Amino acid sequence: MNINRPAYSNLVKDIKAGKFVLTGELEPEKVTSIDEVLDSARAMKPYVVAANVTDNPLAYAYMNSLIPSWKIQKEVGLEAVYQMTIRDRNRLAIVSDVLAAQYLGIKNILAISGDHTVLGDNKGAQSVYDIDSAQFTYLLHKMIDEGVDLAGNEIHGKVEINVGIAGNPNADPLMPEVLKIGRKTKLGADFIQTQTMFDIEKTKTFLKEVEKYNCPVLIGVFPLKGYGIADFFDKYIPGVSVPPELMAAMKKAKEEPDKKKRHEKYDEVNIEFFGPFIDEIKKTTSAAGIHVMAVLYERIFDPLLEHF
Amino acid sequence: MIITKQKPIEEIDEMIKPFPKLFIVGCGTCSTSCMTGGEEQVQEMAERLGDRVLGTKVVEDPCDIRINRRDLREYKKEIAEADAVLVMSCGVGVQTIGDYANKVVLPASDTLFIGETERLGIFHDRCKACGECILDETGGICPLTRCSKGLLNGPCGGQVNGKCEVGDYEEDCAWVQIYDRLKEQDRLDLFTVFRPPRDNSKKTLMFHHTNR
Repeated sequence: MNINRPAYSNLVKDIKAGKFVLTGELEPEKVTSIDEVLDSARAMKPYVVAANVTDNPLAYAYMNSLIPSWKIQKEVGLEAVYQMTIRDRNRLAIVSDVLAAQYLGIKNILAISGDHTVLGDNKGAQSVYDIDSAQFTYLLHKMIDEGVDLAGNEIHGKVEINVGIAGNPNADPLMPEVLKIGRKTKLGADFIQTQTMFDIEKTKTFLKEVEKYNCPVLIGVFPLKGYGIADFFDKYIPGVSVPPELMAAMKKAKEEPDKKKRHEKYDEVNIEFFGPFIDEIKKTTSAAGIHVMAVLYERIFDPLLEHF
Repeated sequence: MIITKQKPIEEIDEMIKPFPKLFIVGCGTCSTSCMTGGEEQVQEMAERLGDRVLGTKVVEDPCDIRINRRDLREYKKEIAEADAVLVMSCGVGVQTIGDYANKVVLPASDTLFIGETERLGIFHDRCKACGECILDETGGICPLTRCSKGLLNGPCGGQVNGKCEVGDYEEDCAWVQIYDRLKEQDRLDLFTVFRPPRDNSKKTLMFHHTNR
């Protein structure tokens, strides 16, 4: 039986209201300014109900994700999905950050494992993994629904946050992933956001398998801003491969010497691939929405989503 | 078994530099099996270092202070004259020899893990000595050791075709292995059990143990 938690965030409110939701993604990098993140947040705001703020993705040491999560809410009015990995935090640090997030008005947390430190830019770092992502989901349940931490210590004040978990429809074999998701939904997940998908059949299979858990799923898509990012994605992101025909189209677009025209060609390739992909998910599956990871590629939202 | 590998010889040379006279101790148990501290390796080291070596002994169990007393009794003079003892065993042997001999002890090996031997010289990391064994629930495969994140509740998103994101997808994902094993044994109900966070204080406070 799933935990019946109120909808605290606009994201979960919209899902519960039966809307097909869109979330975006923001990636603060190794910077001391978040102007770029705020600009991106402004650019995507008309299209999405909330935006994920990544937490040291690929184990690269970037700016703490809580501050930009708070700032996009405060200055842009865009709801954040504050991503938290258990790679960099033990249970004390998690409790601290969740309490701070509540104070700052954060309404969504995505509870994830995080890529291993050996994949990152400080390969010699010790990964924490004091608890795993299922136990993290359980910890959030204890804090939100019971007002205590893992050890049973009372929290003074309410934690009103909705909890997201990650899913990987690309996982092969798929069943261990599906069963893991089932366990996490029972522990208190309000929504699932998936890894980037390029394969509609894998997406449908996954949705069918997790339907029984009755937890809304947002399918991840990653519009490719340029050939470089497509190549990087294909080579280095765990479990993700860009279909050869899409890679070929991106490569062809790359050959256009004029920058403006090249951008237009990239956009065309993306619209041609992801337009029907998103359309099919919306029309033929049980997915609750799409998580559009168009990092620094906000200009694609308008043409990509114009038929929504 | 405790798996060791010999340190690079240049590192050993650098380490022993300040100590002109040495006594070498080997290990008749794990390090003999690992070929890092058996008779052959101890003799090889002694020959390489030449006259500065006052004596050598492969102790049956250098991690047992009683066995050190028994096996090293006849070498008391040589050990007393030596500036340091070069120990060709795991870190436990090095420390126990240090306690026994009250001398500078120098490790000739790096201790790697508690491992399974597949065949001569091929070992696999199998146990983290966590103090709370759950192998009954995980099909006899330790997730704490064999999952690179030590996850207790299933695979992470870094599993691709049953391989782990750590180590360029060459290592098996422990949680896929556990899934396959439990499925084979018709015990998949164990896969979905929620294992709560570990009480790490138990291990932290495990300084000693008495089996009496």
